[in-house]
Amino acid sequence: MKVRAIATAAAALLLAGCGGGSASEPEQRTLTVFAAASLTEVFTALEPRFEQAHPGVDVVFGFAGSSTLAQQIVNGAPADLFASANTETMQTVVDAGLAEGEPTVFATNVLQIVTPAGNPAGITSFADLARPDLQVVVCAPQVPCGSAVERIEQASGVALSPVSEEPDVKSVLAKVATGNADAGLAYATDVHAAGDDVQGIAFPEAEQAVNDYPIAVIADAQAGDPARAFQELVTGAEGRAALSAAGFGGS
Amino acid sequence: MTHPATRRSDDHENGVGLPRLLWVPAALAFLLIALPVVGLVLRADWLRMPALLLSASALDALRLSLQTAAISTALCVVLGGPLAVVLARGRVRGLRVLRSVVLLPLVLPPVVGGLALLFLLGRTGLVGRGLDVVFGITIPYTTAAVVLAQTFVALPFLVVTLEGALRTAGRRYEAVAATLGAAPWLAFRRVTVPLVLPGLASGAVLAFARCLGEFGATIAFAGSLQGTTRTLPLLVYLERETDVDAAVALSLLLVVVAVVVIAVARPRPAEGLR
Repeated sequence: MKVRAIATAAAALLLAGCGGGSASEPEQRTLTVFAAASLTEVFTALEPRFEQAHPGVDVVFGFAGSSTLAQQIVNGAPADLFASANTETMQTVVDAGLAEGEPTVFATNVLQIVTPAGNPAGITSFADLARPDLQVVVCAPQVPCGSAVERIEQASGVALSPVSEEPDVKSVLAKVATGNADAGLAYATDVHAAGDDVQGIAFPEAEQAVNDYPIAVIADAQAGDPARAFQELVTGAEGRAALSAAGFGGS
Repeated sequence: MTHPATRRSDDHENGVGLPRLLWVPAALAFLLIALPVVGLVLRADWLRMPALLLSASALDALRLSLQTAAISTALCVVLGGPLAVVLARGRVRGLRVLRSVVLLPLVLPPVVGGLALLFLLGRTGLVGRGLDVVFGITIPYTTAAVVLAQTFVALPFLVVTLEGALRTAGRRYEAVAATLGAAPWLAFRRVTVPLVLPGLASGAVLAFARCLGEFGATIAFAGSLQGTTRTLPLLVYLERETDVDAAVALSLLLVVVAVVVIAVARPRPAEGLR
């Protein structure tokens, strides 16, 4: 908090000093958006659209794992807007009193079955993944994509015996894309981004573990107005279209 | 005295002064290594430490790490030892190229090394496909894959150290042995091997330490499953996501294991490398 206060004060001084010279020029401001890595494509695509509509605002992104970003915000990183890949990490920011109002859920993500291109093992359902002849890789329960797998197993009564519990979705996709696993479980957006080497199969049990993506303006943000405007863009029609094109579900 | 240590005594005792200037960068170098470890110690939750280290997943990972690192080190000695001898003593063209190939695992990011192993030995790999079709053997996701990944990244440490020791030792004693009628194998066994034993020991300790800390090649090639492929570094990386205290505790455990191994094996790099 202290670091943040000092940074804010320093920035305010700096802005005041710059603003004094030419009143006619539009004020140049930076909007810092921290967003979950899975939002990289969508948010980057929205950037030119936003900067056109808001001259004088320069959007700067910090993309990383949600928990990393939340830790940085809680420790004073100068973010104006935070979009998280799950509600738990957003809650740590809310609990620290750093969110302006209630976070808004703007997208959802669900797990898909992912197979090598052409689905050589002929998998059609979640229950198929329990076939003993298959090598299946999933995320470890410690990470969000793995806890989602656990919830689906419990809800469906289908117990998997994976050959590997990977530390992140990308490792799951790498094993499947190289043909070293018959199937895996990964987020729909990651399957979408992985391209033609893999094939995604939606399955109904995935609804048991829907991942909500909340967004919130940071309390006392330096660029509060642009942050609110960017949030509107993301939650508006244009944002929804970009999100759905990337494989996200609606809120 | 089983090995020549004639040059050891004239290091410090003879009073050749150590330039004072060296102390500054030396101290900085030491602090660069030591202070982060201090940070780890300070961050540790000592109250939870016993529970964190005695969890089933931690004990499985520790056992697996020690077993695989020991097997991998043995493989490094059995395979890398002769390779070092060939590199140091061989008189064949192209040895220089061979040596730079041996050094590759030092340069390659371990994850890339793991992928390379996967492309060779994975189910769709050059050799792996044959193993799968003909023998029904799949290497990835097995403890054997962990050992292969560790041996791959650790081999250069042993080879380079031992080759240095062999070059320093020179060929004089072997030449004398030959003039006394010793056949090459006898001279190798009775003269060369005892001569470079300290160098071999340092190389083995380095290789073991590298195996213990191996992460990237293992996750890419072997995957991560408790009791089968999830070594301590893999568990640390995973726990970091949800329980930083557990990750810190396991990291300190790794540090302690490494320190104990180095203390017990007591490598004398000065003898091996000079």
